Amino acid sequence: MKLAKKDLLGIQDLSVEEINLILDTAESFIEVSTREIKKVPTLRGKTIINLFLEASTRTRTSFEIAGKRLSADTINISSSTSSIVKGETLIDTAKNLEAMNPDVVVIRHSAAGAPHILAKAVKQAVINAGDGSHEHPTQALLDLMTIRSKKGKIDGLKVAICGDIAHSRVARSNIYALTKMGASVAVAGPATMMPRYIERMGVQAYSKLEEAIIDADIVMMLRIQLERQNEHIFPSLREYATYFGLNRKNISLAKKDVLVMHPGPVNRGVELAPDIADAPFSVILDQVTNGVAVRMALLYLLTGGN
Amino acid sequence: MKLILTGGRVVDPSLNIDAVLDISIEDGKIAGIGPDIPKEPAKSRKGMQTNVKTIHLGGMIVVPGLIDMHVHLREPGFEYKETIETGSRAAAAGGFTSVACMPNTNPVNDSRSITEFIKKKAALCGLVNVYPIAAVSIGSAGTNLTDFRDLRDAGAVGFSDDGKPVANSALMRRALEYASSISLPVISHCEDTLLSAGGVMNEGFAATELGLQGIPAIAEDVMTVRDIMIAAYTGAAVHIAHVSTAGSVDIIREAKKRGIRVTAETAPHYFTLTEESLREYDTFYKVNPPLRTKEDVAAVKEGLRDDTIDVIASDHAPHAATDKEVEFDLASSGMVGLETSLALSLSLVSDGVLTLPQLIQKMSAWPAKVLNIPKGTLRIGADADITVIDTKKTWTVDRMQFRSRSRNSPFHGRQMTGRAILTIKGGKITYSDNQDNT
Repeated sequence: MKLAKKDLLGIQDLSVEEINLILDTAESFIEVSTREIKKVPTLRGKTIINLFLEASTRTRTSFEIAGKRLSADTINISSSTSSIVKGETLIDTAKNLEAMNPDVVVIRHSAAGAPHILAKAVKQAVINAGDGSHEHPTQALLDLMTIRSKKGKIDGLKVAICGDIAHSRVARSNIYALTKMGASVAVAGPATMMPRYIERMGVQAYSKLEEAIIDADIVMMLRIQLERQNEHIFPSLREYATYFGLNRKNISLAKKDVLVMHPGPVNRGVELAPDIADAPFSVILDQVTNGVAVRMALLYLLTGGN
Repeated sequence: MKLILTGGRVVDPSLNIDAVLDISIEDGKIAGIGPDIPKEPAKSRKGMQTNVKTIHLGGMIVVPGLIDMHVHLREPGFEYKETIETGSRAAAAGGFTSVACMPNTNPVNDSRSITEFIKKKAALCGLVNVYPIAAVSIGSAGTNLTDFRDLRDAGAVGFSDDGKPVANSALMRRALEYASSISLPVISHCEDTLLSAGGVMNEGFAATELGLQGIPAIAEDVMTVRDIMIAAYTGAAVHIAHVSTAGSVDIIREAKKRGIRVTAETAPHYFTLTEESLREYDTFYKVNPPLRTKEDVAAVKEGLRDDTIDVIASDHAPHAATDKEVEFDLASSGMVGLETSLALSLSLVSDGVLTLPQLIQKMSAWPAKVLNIPKGTLRIGADADITVIDTKKTWTVDRMQFRSRSRNSPFHGRQMTGRAILTIKGGKITYSDNQDNT
C-alpha cells in the first residue's frame, strides 16, 4: 500500500486512512533505529534534499537521519534567510533543485504556503517540514504516534494544547490531526495568543490554562517565542510563566495518567517547570525518537513505498 | 469631422436621460443629442459629401465616458509594471476615458515637475484623460504638506498618500482644511498601520487556518472614523478610498446622515471576492485592503445600493510576475482592474443591486463630482467622452490579452457578461472591438 499523494503539505489534506497508514508504517520502522547497524537499503539510490530556509536543528537532523537510515543520499541546504534575500526566487531555487533530479524535497520556510509554491513548481515529492504559522505535519504525525503508542488509542482522549496558538504551526497541525482521529481538543492561552474564530476548527478555547487541562489525558505545551514580546502579546516572561506555565500544581488537575508533550525546544522555567519537563509522565524524548520513524515512513511512502 | 452615434440606448444620469437617442459629435464636443439627428450625411452645396461617420449602435448602451478615479500607472519609476501608455491602453479597452492616478511612483508625485511629466506623457499618448493625484505629504513620508496650490496649478485634481496613509492626525487635519479651501479632495486610504503591521490578508477564520498574519477590519475602521471626525470638526471634505469593511460602510452611512462632507469609493474585488479565495496561497488575491468576509461583501453591496458608497474605482495596481511569483508574505499587494472593472460592476445590475443608471452614475458623474472635473456628462458642449457598452456580450478573461503591461488578475479564466465595445475620448475613438471603426 502506498500514499496516493505527490506531496505532504499539511494534515488538513489527509484522510484518517492515510494517517493510519503513515502511523502503521512508522511503527514498523521503529525497530530499525534500535539495531546495531541502523541502516536498511530501502531507499538506496534515492536523493533527498532538505531545504531548510528557516533555522532548525531538531527537524532537519531528524529528516537527515531518517533518510540515511533508509540508505538514501541526503543533502542539506540551510539558510536563515529567505531565498529572495539572496536574489533568487523560491521558484528559481526549486527549478534548480528539480534539474538535479532528486526524489524528495523537504522544505522548512518562515512563510506560510511556501511548500505549496514549491509543490506546484517541481515534479518531485515535497514534504512540508514547517511553514510559517501554518502547518508542521510531521510534528503532528509524530505526536499522534507517541500518543497512540502510550495510550493505545487516540479516539476519545482529551488533549489540551497550551500557549501561543495564533503563531503555532504545531497547534494547527495537531488540531487537524487530533480532531480527525476522534480526540477532543481544548486550547488555552491568553486572548492575545488566540487566533480569531479558533472554535471553528472544532476545539474548545480557554483563556485560563487550568480550565483546559482539567481531566486531560494529554497536555501539549507550546514553545513561547521570546521575540513575540515586541508584538505586545504577553507582558513579561515572568507573568507568562506564572499564569500559563505548566507546573506540579496545575498538572494535578489533569488525569492521573496524564502525558506531557512539547515539540521542543523547551524554554525551561517558562512554559514548562523544569521538574515537569523531566517527570516520568513527560514523553518529550519519545516524541523525538518517534519523529525519526515517522519521517522514515513518509520518505518511504512518498517515494513509491515498495 | 462629424461622428454620429445612432440607435443606442443613451443612459446619462447627469442629464436624467435613459432613452434611445442619437448623439452627434463635432470638433471633439457633444454637438447634439436627441431623437431626430439626421442619419444620412448632409450634402454640401457643391454636392460633395461632408466628412460624416455614422455608427449604428442598436441594442447597445451609450453612456458618458467612464471614469476610474483610483489607478496606479506606475510611471515614473516602475515602468516594468506599467507605463502611462500601457495603462492608457488598458483604460481605453476597459471603457474608461478618464483616470486619476495615484502618486506612489518613484519619485513620488509630490512636485509640480512630476505632475507635469505625467500630464505630458498622457497627452502624448492621447488615449485617456489622466488626472494626477498628488501626494499629501512630501515623499508620502507623513511629515510635511506638499505645495497643494502649486500642484493644483500643475494639474493635480486631489491629494492622497494612498498606500502610505497619513498616520499623523494633525497633518491630516491640516491637509483636509487646506485642500478644502481650494476645493480639491483628499483621498484617504484608511489604514492604521500599527494595527495592520505584518498582516497579509484579512484577519478572520481563513487567516487562522492558513497561518497567515491577519489585517483586522478595525485597522480600516478606526481610520475611517478618524478622518470623518476631522472632516466633521473642520467642515472640510474627505473621500474614503476602497472601502472594504462592513464597519466602514456603517460609519460612512451615519456620517452622511449627519451631513458630514464625506464621499466614498469601493473596488470591484470588494463586492466580488472574499478571504476564502486565498485558500491556495495564490498571490494574485493579495490586495490591500485585503479581501474580507461574505458579510463585508454584502455590506459593501448594500452601501452601493443606498449610495453610502458613491463611486466604483478599480484600484488598478499592476505588478510584474517577479513581484507576485514569490512567497505570499513577500508578494506585492494589488491586482490589475481597468480591463475587468466594468464587467464585474455590471454584475451588480444583473444581480439587482443597482439599476444601470445608478451604476453609470457611480462610474461617471459622481467620480467627476468628487474630483471636481468637467466630465461624466453628455451635455451639449461637453467633451465628447463616450463609452458604448454591450451588456449582453459574454467573454472570458484572458490575462495574456490585457493591454496592461501586467497580468496580475485573479479573474483570469472567469466568464464575464458585458463589456465596452467602443470608447470615444474627445470625439476620437480610443478603443473599438470592431476594426471598421478604428
